[in-house]
Amino acid sequence: MSAKKTERLLNLVICLLATRRFLSVQEIRTAVPGYAQDTEDAFRRMFERDKEELREIGIPLETGTDSAAHDDEPGYRIARRDYELPEIHLEPDEAAALGLAARLWQSAPLAGATGSALLKLRAAGVDAPAAPAALEPRVGASEPAFEACLSAVRDGQAIAFSYRSAGPHPAARRSVEPWGVVSWRGRWYLVGHDVDRGAERVFRLSRMVGAVKTVGEAGAVLAPPGLDLRAMAGRMAVDEPRHLARVSLRDGAGWELRRAASSSAADPDRDGWQIVELGFSDPERLADRVTGYGADAVVLGPPEARDAVVRRLTALAS
Amino acid sequence: MSLASTGPGHGSAGQLPRLLALVPFLLAHPGIRLAEVATTFAVSEDRLRKDLNLLWVCGLPGHGPGDLIDVEFEGDTVTLLEPAGVTRPLRLTVDEALALIVALRALAETPGLTGVPDGFGERDAVERTLAKVELAAGAAAGAAGRVEVSVEGEQRVLPVVRAALESSRRLHLSYHVPGRDETTERDVDPMRLLLVEGRSYLEAWCRRAEGVRLFRLDRVQEVTVLDLPSEPPVDAERRDVSQGLFRPGPDDLLVTLALRPGAAWVADYHPCESVVAAADGSLTVRLRARDTGWVRRLALRLGEQGRVLAPADLAEQVRDDAARALAAYA
Repeated sequence: MSAKKTERLLNLVICLLATRRFLSVQEIRTAVPGYAQDTEDAFRRMFERDKEELREIGIPLETGTDSAAHDDEPGYRIARRDYELPEIHLEPDEAAALGLAARLWQSAPLAGATGSALLKLRAAGVDAPAAPAALEPRVGASEPAFEACLSAVRDGQAIAFSYRSAGPHPAARRSVEPWGVVSWRGRWYLVGHDVDRGAERVFRLSRMVGAVKTVGEAGAVLAPPGLDLRAMAGRMAVDEPRHLARVSLRDGAGWELRRAASSSAADPDRDGWQIVELGFSDPERLADRVTGYGADAVVLGPPEARDAVVRRLTALAS
Repeated sequence: MSLASTGPGHGSAGQLPRLLALVPFLLAHPGIRLAEVATTFAVSEDRLRKDLNLLWVCGLPGHGPGDLIDVEFEGDTVTLLEPAGVTRPLRLTVDEALALIVALRALAETPGLTGVPDGFGERDAVERTLAKVELAAGAAAGAAGRVEVSVEGEQRVLPVVRAALESSRRLHLSYHVPGRDETTERDVDPMRLLLVEGRSYLEAWCRRAEGVRLFRLDRVQEVTVLDLPSEPPVDAERRDVSQGLFRPGPDDLLVTLALRPGAAWVADYHPCESVVAAADGSLTVRLRARDTGWVRRLALRLGEQGRVLAPADLAEQVRDDAARALAAYA
């Protein structure tokens, strides 16, 4: 943006903030330097673009007519109550909390939005935040699909993308009404309604291939009330315990399993071993957790859990 | 305060939003040093002078002497005398409100992080800030409910770690090392608490390893604050975590794995030196491992979905591990 254009836009904002009544386009042309010298057509085009730029940075342009207006063409003004950031005052400890939160986002577009938000708060008189240096919160969003998914969620707009699901399937086209995005254990997930499957689904952003395209109108998607994004993403990664597996562990081994276990008792058949009970629903997921301990963990039952581990070990031992 | 480098400050692209914040900022800080303004707005002093020169020619319709924005310089300080009606900053945009509110909520909901009286305030400073920012954001706050960041905190361990950092005390840890499936005892000098990739870590000088180590808090079995000062060596370097937490070193063992489609997730979860995909969705990956225990466990877990291609002795170890484990089921 040239300095001349910035000057014109700033004068336009000042002019529209200062007026109580709606100003006609011709009044604006006279009042704001930079519009006067062009032809009518050129001025109109320039004014349209300028209005668009003001709206893009969040300036609430109001259109309407006063009874005093001579013609039907709408006029413009900026209502101060819609424009101005309300009063906000932060105590020193609150400013520190804000400073800490402001360090969270590591990547575009939210790191940039944080920077411009802080400037506005500083301009509203909020003190410079001094966050503790010994505390470092960081959230990245390196997934290429992040920005498009965030925008779609923010705008309530359906999207379509190519998705590589787990297993031996080629990437397939998915159409989704997005309800939210959630970072869980450092990875971003999109939660929404899968249009073709007619069901609620969770997608990993890192598995989206190529461009995410918007479909339909902004504002068309409404998330169901009371949505728990975190729980939905967590459900995808964590096995809900429906059955109990009995696993014998060598003394001192399998700390992570012991921590998750609902009970622990001495193994009567193995001297110095303990039997723990672990909740699971999918035998393969139980095998994911247990097989890595090798000879230090033995699944006693049920049979489907035992078989899942034995199958893996048999494949490796041969 | 330093701003993110992607802030609105750079050059002329974000000039209008910057000027609209600059006028009320100067109004709220009469006699502020130019250098401080430049730092706050993340621009050079040269750029800032250009901004101020532009403000000078802008103002209310009529644009006579009394209508224009007026700025007075005195030495290296600046005072705004006339704001031409731009007395308050613009409201937060939806993206700005979302960035702050989601970040504050993430901190507020990290178990064990808030609720400790310490350097950044009383127990609910984060919640109070959140309420004030939500109120100031108004309607723009709506979209923030559709974005969430979950950080696992550890209610049990995190407050103790924060207290030790705050009072510069040494800690004793019973720490589980998953690669070896064993618990280690060590004294550490805390340096920093990291909330990264959805989990919390203590960065500390480990007196046993004589090096900087990261300890994942959910693997801390016991933690005690010792009555000794924390004294990490002056040259102990904080780890650069901007490229991910674990960056393998050149001395780590290079392992080649064949992954069937059911094990392709390995390439998503671990930094790989190379990934070659075949038409059926299977992968050949090369990755570096700090200890062989970790790779052996991974290979066992993968079962028929994965195979160690190299080094050959590692492949042999995995075969032996599997055979020994299988013996218990015979």
